[in-house]
Amino acid sequence: MPVLETANGPVWRRRNRREALTRWATWLVGALIFLWCWARISDATTWFFVWDAPSIAGDILGRATPPRWSYIDNLWVPIWDTLNIATLGTLAALVMAVPVAFLAARNTTPSALFVRPVALLIIVATRSINSLIWALLLIAIIGPGVFAGIMAIAIRSIGFCAKLLYEAIEEIDGTQVEAITATGASRWQVMAYGIVPQVMPAFAGIAVFRWDINIRESTVLGLVGAGGIGLQLQASLNTLAWPQVSLILLVILLAVVLSEWVSAKVRGAII
Amino acid sequence: MTAALPPDATHRELDDILGTRWRRPPLVRRAWLRWALIVGGLLYLVAAIASVEVNWARVYEGLDRGAAFVMAFTRPDFVTRADAIWDGMLESIVMTVASSVVGIAISIPIALGAARNIAPLPVYMVCRGIIAVSRALQEIIVAILLVAIFGFGPLAGFLTLSFATIGFLSKLLAEDIESMDRSQAEAVRATGARWGQWIDYGVKPQVIPRLIGLSIYRVDINFRESAILGLVGAGGIGATLNTAFDRYEYDTAAAILLLIIVIVMALEYVSGIVRARVQ
Repeated sequence: MPVLETANGPVWRRRNRREALTRWATWLVGALIFLWCWARISDATTWFFVWDAPSIAGDILGRATPPRWSYIDNLWVPIWDTLNIATLGTLAALVMAVPVAFLAARNTTPSALFVRPVALLIIVATRSINSLIWALLLIAIIGPGVFAGIMAIAIRSIGFCAKLLYEAIEEIDGTQVEAITATGASRWQVMAYGIVPQVMPAFAGIAVFRWDINIRESTVLGLVGAGGIGLQLQASLNTLAWPQVSLILLVILLAVVLSEWVSAKVRGAII
Repeated sequence: MTAALPPDATHRELDDILGTRWRRPPLVRRAWLRWALIVGGLLYLVAAIASVEVNWARVYEGLDRGAAFVMAFTRPDFVTRADAIWDGMLESIVMTVASSVVGIAISIPIALGAARNIAPLPVYMVCRGIIAVSRALQEIIVAILLVAIFGFGPLAGFLTLSFATIGFLSKLLAEDIESMDRSQAEAVRATGARWGQWIDYGVKPQVIPRLIGLSIYRVDINFRESAILGLVGAGGIGATLNTAFDRYEYDTAAAILLLIIVIVMALEYVSGIVRARVQ
């Protein structure tokens, strides 16, 4: 136990001298790194604009209120498109994610040496690139529109769904699988009666969870031209039509809150 | 007294099933709800797919470009735009580090305020409000607004990521504080500790592993997000990537994407090690 010797006898200390010094040095290095990063950001900033920011923010707020409520008539189709991008994208992602998850899970993969790394690579690669970047890429390849948005959402969601699903598959109860195997079931029957029923609640939860995230992401996909309400947002921003921008932002906020509520309700009912 | 019951009374449920063929129990037990979900889902699917216009001719034309892009991954070009890639990457990393530090520093007091077992009701409401606002607004939208206010550059990105970090970290940390072991905290309080000492010795040791794990996870997310903030002018590698796509320089774009994937994988690996060590 580290103690500090004082005139009145030893006093309890949390760390001994060496530990305290190491911690102090680590904090110092961390602080220096942070300061260096801040200096770089500061160098790249035009501070004149920043000092001017409060008045600009006030100006934008003044222009943006009240929202142009009549513009909502132009938004129904984009809202429908956004919903479709999220829902169809999630469905397509699930179709692709299920086989990947079964190939990636240690207890169901046909070959832990060759197939599993490929599946894990698919998961990491699709997960680490944002859906906006996927949309950018797909627009360059297949042209702008809702279809590119659906594909972007689908590809981006594969990794997320497959990762959570394969973790659920790895955590299943082995005795049930063994029991089904003991009845003389084939490989596919074991899959259908031993494994699938155990991961079904997790699967439904993941699907709804991802759908919620995808609603969020599909609202901004239009910024790069992939359809949905983001297109309207981009157009309004480009023409500096702030009352329309504020209305669109309100709609997006409402959509996000609603989808989160739906997803929480459904997941509550499943689990 | 089980003897008072007829001997087969407890088996009635089983008797009903005996002799009938076993059927797999459905996921949704209530039949009407199950059918309503199926029919509604099918109707929606038909309507949705019918409303999506796909220009298949355009898609077919694009396949060549898609193939060119996939091929670009086999020979990524790190060299031609090395300066731009390096500057963008460095800016992304700088933004990630600075915003994570500031975001985490701000979110700790907010998390304390948003934990019902520590904070009084008014403070709790305010802190939960901050968290709700931060979580409802997406990074890219916040970035657009901040770019409009503060001008182009990494400062807008830094502020965006810090703001997003607060919502994420405070919420999860507050939940962890709320589910902590009360007896430990009470024991520290019983020694006559002041409020600060109570937090430091009673609460902090219980939540610090989770805080470290969440922080590293958030650094990972912040880096990924910083890669797209450039699309709206908030600094980072996204601007370079966007330019590469606009110029159809797929080999440069592939190089940038590979770098992002490698860095994210490295961060995930590090965070796995750290989380395993602290927990």
